[in-house]
Amino acid sequence: MYGGGYIFEDSRNGSDSAEDPRKLEDFEARIQAGEKIEPMDWMPAEYRKQLIRMIEQHAHSEIIGALPEGTWITRAPGFRRKLALMAKVQDEVGHAQLLYSAAETLGKPRETMINDLISGKSKYSNVFNYPAVTWADTAIIAWLIDAGAIINQVANSKGSYGPYCRALERICMEESFHLKYGHDNVVFLATGTPKQREMVQDALNRWWKPIMHFFGPSDKISVHTETLMRWKVKMASNDDMRQKFLDMYVPKIWELGLTIPDPKLKKNEDTGHWDYTEPDWEEFKRVINGDGPCNKERLAVRRRAEEKGEWVRRALMRNAEEYSVPLS
Amino acid sequence: MNELNKDAIRDLLYRMADDQLILGHRNSEWTGLGPILEEDIAFSSMAQDKLGQSLALYTLLHDLGDKDPDTLAFNREEKDFKCCHLVEYPIGGYEFSLMRHFLFDSSEALRFGMLAGSSFSPLAKIARKFRGELRYHTMHADTWIRQLGGANEESRAKIQSSLEFCFPLALGIFEPSDYEKTLAEQGVFPGESELQKEWLAHIEPLLAGSGLSMPDVSSCKPSYGGRKGRHTEHLKPLLDEMTEVYKIDPSAEW
Ligand SMILES: [Fe+2]
Ligand SMILES: [Fe+2]
Ligand SMILES: [Fe+2]
Repeated sequence: MYGGGYIFEDSRNGSDSAEDPRKLEDFEARIQAGEKIEPMDWMPAEYRKQLIRMIEQHAHSEIIGALPEGTWITRAPGFRRKLALMAKVQDEVGHAQLLYSAAETLGKPRETMINDLISGKSKYSNVFNYPAVTWADTAIIAWLIDAGAIINQVANSKGSYGPYCRALERICMEESFHLKYGHDNVVFLATGTPKQREMVQDALNRWWKPIMHFFGPSDKISVHTETLMRWKVKMASNDDMRQKFLDMYVPKIWELGLTIPDPKLKKNEDTGHWDYTEPDWEEFKRVINGDGPCNKERLAVRRRAEEKGEWVRRALMRNAEEYSVPLS
Repeated sequence: MNELNKDAIRDLLYRMADDQLILGHRNSEWTGLGPILEEDIAFSSMAQDKLGQSLALYTLLHDLGDKDPDTLAFNREEKDFKCCHLVEYPIGGYEFSLMRHFLFDSSEALRFGMLAGSSFSPLAKIARKFRGELRYHTMHADTWIRQLGGANEESRAKIQSSLEFCFPLALGIFEPSDYEKTLAEQGVFPGESELQKEWLAHIEPLLAGSGLSMPDVSSCKPSYGGRKGRHTEHLKPLLDEMTEVYKIDPSAEW
């Protein structure tokens, strides 16, 4: 799962001026015509760089995203939920696997990407730096965070890079099951005992801010992404995705009798858009740069897992077989 | 045909169902933490199968008049669990979890093979299905044991020492029950000692082929007690964690 909160590098002074203008023209014409770019095709260095960055961040989000929900597998109440949550989180790890493979087609090995994750050099979705405090948090995550991820990923699946698009098509299919599972889970809590209702309302209150952050900074303050949009790397603006999410899910949340902790939230009949309290983008930046409630814990867990498993990876290495065949 | 002995069958079903539940729970703890992503995914698949198998076995118990599967799994006291000690241990390092998986699943595959011909037909039916699922698990275990047993000195040493640690625990799988004779006579299950014999004959060549040496069975004290409700110190915390949410309100629908 992943939102639009990519941190693209500002490409205004991008290096595409250094590219062969004829090749660049052909490349852009292909994208205009709706063709997919494949691993062996010519592409501008800047395109490759930004794609690696984006797909890698997406892959990291899947494995880090497995942690907050994963800790609830052992506590899931009853067989039905336990089995479903196991399958759900397993899917997320599978998404990471697919995405790392897609990024590898651009020339960066999985091991290097994971090292960059652990060292803090590359980022992952901001939402996973918040804690899943109770069982109800996992329900809200599976419903609303996965819902947000679908909006973003469906848009990206229409992008220009073939391997990423194909990976996303499969991922989106699985995400739609996650969303159904999450919704079912929230419905049971919201229509359950007073204690269950209280749990799910608290969880929604906790998660509303991360959810609003999920799609990334407001277009007004985002780095310029015109080139990335022309190259179909970035497919929708952060604010458009946020509006789409609010359109689809606010009514469903209210339908369940839950309240949303933003007094300003309402549909503006004149503009047709949702008005809301502007999320705190300073906090967003702070958290993405390492200072959130769970950043340290998440990376420490990941680092421990990597260290613990190092001997296993060593035992799998055969010098002749270092290149892994892409899955997508 | 004589009436089958229900208590004997129930005892057998609890042993199996509790093993599957607890080991499935343990294997799921690898989710997000495996040595490589492919192993996160594999351990999760096996955990899901084990959970599914325990659910099917608890459902048989429910059909025999016991409580519903969720209550049996999430609302029973520690002393009423009949799992063996091997499944109770925390996941430890990958070498431990892999060796446990190898030793346990090879015994399960043989057990379900035997039960496929059981005179208790509901069990025979699910045993035939589980035997198919287990085939992938044992293939997975055998492949990894061979790979890590033969890769380099470091991995061989780790696998060998976890084999030695796990072996007495694994012998505890075959702790005899009070119903051995009845079950065998009535054609429900040939018995734990029969199974242990087959299991030893099965794993010995696999271990030898992986460059590992099999511990000496005769000098090894099996870790018994689990089947009688006497557990390691690891089971209670596991059950507390597993039932934490469920017990907020066992009458609620989750
Ligand atoms: Fe995902
Ligand atoms: Fe799955
Ligand atoms: Fe998902």
